[in-house]
Amino acid sequence: MLPHYFNHLFVSGIDIYIADVLIILASISIVGVLTYFKKWKWLWREWLTTVDHKKIGIMYILAAFAMFFRGGMDGLMMRTQLAVPNNHFLGAQHYDEVFTTHGTIMILFMAMPMLIGLINVAMPLQIGARDVAFPYLNAISLWTFFFGALLFNLSFVIGGSPDAGWTSYAPLAGPTFSPGPGENYYLFGLNLAGLGTLASGINFLVTIIKMRAPGMTLMRMPMFVWSTLITSILIIFAFPVLTVALSLLSFDRLFGSHIFSMTHGGMPMMWVNLFWIWGHPEVYIVILPAFGILSEVIGTFSGKKLFGYSAMVGSLIAIAFLSFLVWVHHFFTMGAGATVNSFFGVSTMLIAIPTGVKIFNWIFTMYKGKVRFNTAMLWSLAFIPTFVIGGMTGVMLAVAPADYQYHNSYFLIAHFHYMLVGGTVFGVFSGLYYWWPKMFGMKLNETLGKWHFWLFMISFNLTFLPMYLLGLMGMTRRMYTYPPGLGWSHLNMLETVGAFGQGFAMMFMMVNIIWSIKNGERDLTGDAWDGRALEWATTSPAPEYNFAHIPMIYGRDAFWDRKYGKDKAKYTLKAKPYTPIHMPNNSGRPFLMAVAFFISFFGFVFEWWLVAGLGLLAVFFFMFSRSFETNTDHYISVEEIEHTESGGGRS
Amino acid sequence: MAYQMDAHHAPVDPSVPLEYSTEDGQLKILGFWVFIAADIVLFSCLFATYVVLHNNTYGGPTAEQLFDVPGFVTETLLLLTSSFTCGLAIFEMHRSRLQPMIGWWIVTILLGMGFVGMEISEFAKYVGEGANITRSAFLSSFFILVGTHGTHVTIGIFWMISILIQLIRYGITAVTARKAFVVSIYWHFLDAIWIFIFTVVYLSGKVS
Ligand SMILES: [Cu+2]
Repeated sequence: MLPHYFNHLFVSGIDIYIADVLIILASISIVGVLTYFKKWKWLWREWLTTVDHKKIGIMYILAAFAMFFRGGMDGLMMRTQLAVPNNHFLGAQHYDEVFTTHGTIMILFMAMPMLIGLINVAMPLQIGARDVAFPYLNAISLWTFFFGALLFNLSFVIGGSPDAGWTSYAPLAGPTFSPGPGENYYLFGLNLAGLGTLASGINFLVTIIKMRAPGMTLMRMPMFVWSTLITSILIIFAFPVLTVALSLLSFDRLFGSHIFSMTHGGMPMMWVNLFWIWGHPEVYIVILPAFGILSEVIGTFSGKKLFGYSAMVGSLIAIAFLSFLVWVHHFFTMGAGATVNSFFGVSTMLIAIPTGVKIFNWIFTMYKGKVRFNTAMLWSLAFIPTFVIGGMTGVMLAVAPADYQYHNSYFLIAHFHYMLVGGTVFGVFSGLYYWWPKMFGMKLNETLGKWHFWLFMISFNLTFLPMYLLGLMGMTRRMYTYPPGLGWSHLNMLETVGAFGQGFAMMFMMVNIIWSIKNGERDLTGDAWDGRALEWATTSPAPEYNFAHIPMIYGRDAFWDRKYGKDKAKYTLKAKPYTPIHMPNNSGRPFLMAVAFFISFFGFVFEWWLVAGLGLLAVFFFMFSRSFETNTDHYISVEEIEHTESGGGRS
Repeated sequence: MAYQMDAHHAPVDPSVPLEYSTEDGQLKILGFWVFIAADIVLFSCLFATYVVLHNNTYGGPTAEQLFDVPGFVTETLLLLTSSFTCGLAIFEMHRSRLQPMIGWWIVTILLGMGFVGMEISEFAKYVGEGANITRSAFLSSFFILVGTHGTHVTIGIFWMISILIQLIRYGITAVTARKAFVVSIYWHFLDAIWIFIFTVVYLSGKVS
């Protein structure tokens, strides 16, 4: 009766024991602090049950930071192992697990939630809406992501980590070559989080289509909203493919089906195709919102309207369309033939054109502008050259014959770190410094911010620039150690120094956050940077209902025009009386439902069918009970609005 | 009648069908259409997998040996009819006639149950003959594609039962009308998917 995974439930190893102890200590201290300060009720009422898009966004960002820490630790472990030849810091198996979790966590549980968090915070405000279209669903998205990430991370201490790479190629990831629960964690953790991502995509799309303030036509939307719209469409078409791929592999592993197996007629290439039909658009799901942030930040800190708005929109659409036509470039060397490779090579190179358009537009936006070099702006500025280096090496990789040389080498690793760190992460930092006052009502310290920026930027290049060289010198990815005398040692040491430099730089951001909570410059105007879009038209942080009056829009850069435009008279709100504002109620159900999902999927990971079934039953119970809930909304009274507005949004 | 007390759910435009009459209803119906788009992608991937693998029988039974024409034709008729009766229920809803609406609703649920019952017995028969999910890639992809559709239908039945309870409890309101309308979109969508399964899986399997 005892399931066969039961005997290796607990993983042994010195780092695992350290992790066990740290997890227990951290849990005890969190529980202790919450109990000591009597904050349980506050945590539940204000945060865990909230349906407010701004708080949901903040929780996304918090969780993503925790994942950034975990993924970063994985990265540092790898770089420690590779610092010198013939190193024995990590074993081969352990190294496999670490690079698998590093890649998976950084892309799915760090980059994407970080961006979804920023979208949640800023997008509804930018379109002058009071909320997203489906606030309750938004909470479900957050908690399924959160518990999906938790499930994935649990593998480290219970049952063992996945070790087949973040791409989880079959048949390596199949039951024969990856026995044990590790790979199941990957499949079910990603699938749970993926549900939340798909729901977010639907939510954002409907929000942008239906909930823009009066007068905000599509071609008047801020560029960040445009990038969210296109990203949402990519999510809606790409994520079901991931769901199918993960579910099929789960069937192979749990129920002995033969979709991706080597025997009984299965076809491992099916996995590679499905994975990358999702995987390549995923690259743009994590880069397009960063493009959007860049457009906002550069416009604001140049004091100019965005150059080439329509071209920016057009290039977003072109990139999104092309992103679905290029997936085969991930396996040029798998024998698809010259015609197929040529098609996918050329379609990949085409993406450079709309991307180039965007880069020139950002540069022209700064041209003759009054550029202010705030930390947020510095991150955006650094984005441009790093992204160009990453993009050009990407075009080099897209040359199919040459790819036979670069394939699986460190050249590729350098390329995608320039895209994902130099692109997405720089964009995220830019967005965090930019919207921090809107989220928390105070600015981050500029001096500490610039330390963070310069240290990180230099260390980043120190880490990944040598990788191009190492790749050309023949060092391949996924190798856990190498012999001396190949000429790789110095560059590897340099990279390790750079990696720790990035970790060190992140401490400046942490110190900055803590320092700024106490001493940071408070933003009393709501308009911390002399901004252009509507999120700056309300207080910082914005009240629950965002805008007491829904704003009217007469052009692009709505808030800028209201402040400085020719016909700003049009914008001055006549002293209309407040009316009660309709808002959704908080609910604990999304949280509990995600817990039920978590329990169920944990059961699936260990093939404990009873646990899996009961968990699913609980999920359906929560859906059913929601359907019968009638008391889902409330009104904020005029007195309360008056009180909030006179207090400048701060209660 | 909690629904009617709530001004948020109060009709904003009486000239449109009831389910579209509130802002909330319009948002949710659009959101559901977008979800359907995502579900189409999901089924497309499963169809692609089936098409790629359907000849990989690995010495096991083939589609031609397995499929039984009267069986899958009856399944098809049950599901098509249920889609029609579901349409009749929505038609009665738009004429504000609760009793006939509930009647057609129940007929739809029963037909759906008949479909699922037949599918379960079909699967059981195959498994009894040793043609189970582990036998070959063809059978794996068959069971997963058709089973995913069957799971969708099963969820749809429970969903419709919950709407039935709400119809009996609250009558036809803007909220129940919207919920009924959304599940009817879902039901017609499953019907459309089945047409593809009927053609790509069963008919082609018999003809090849
Ligand atoms: Cu790609």
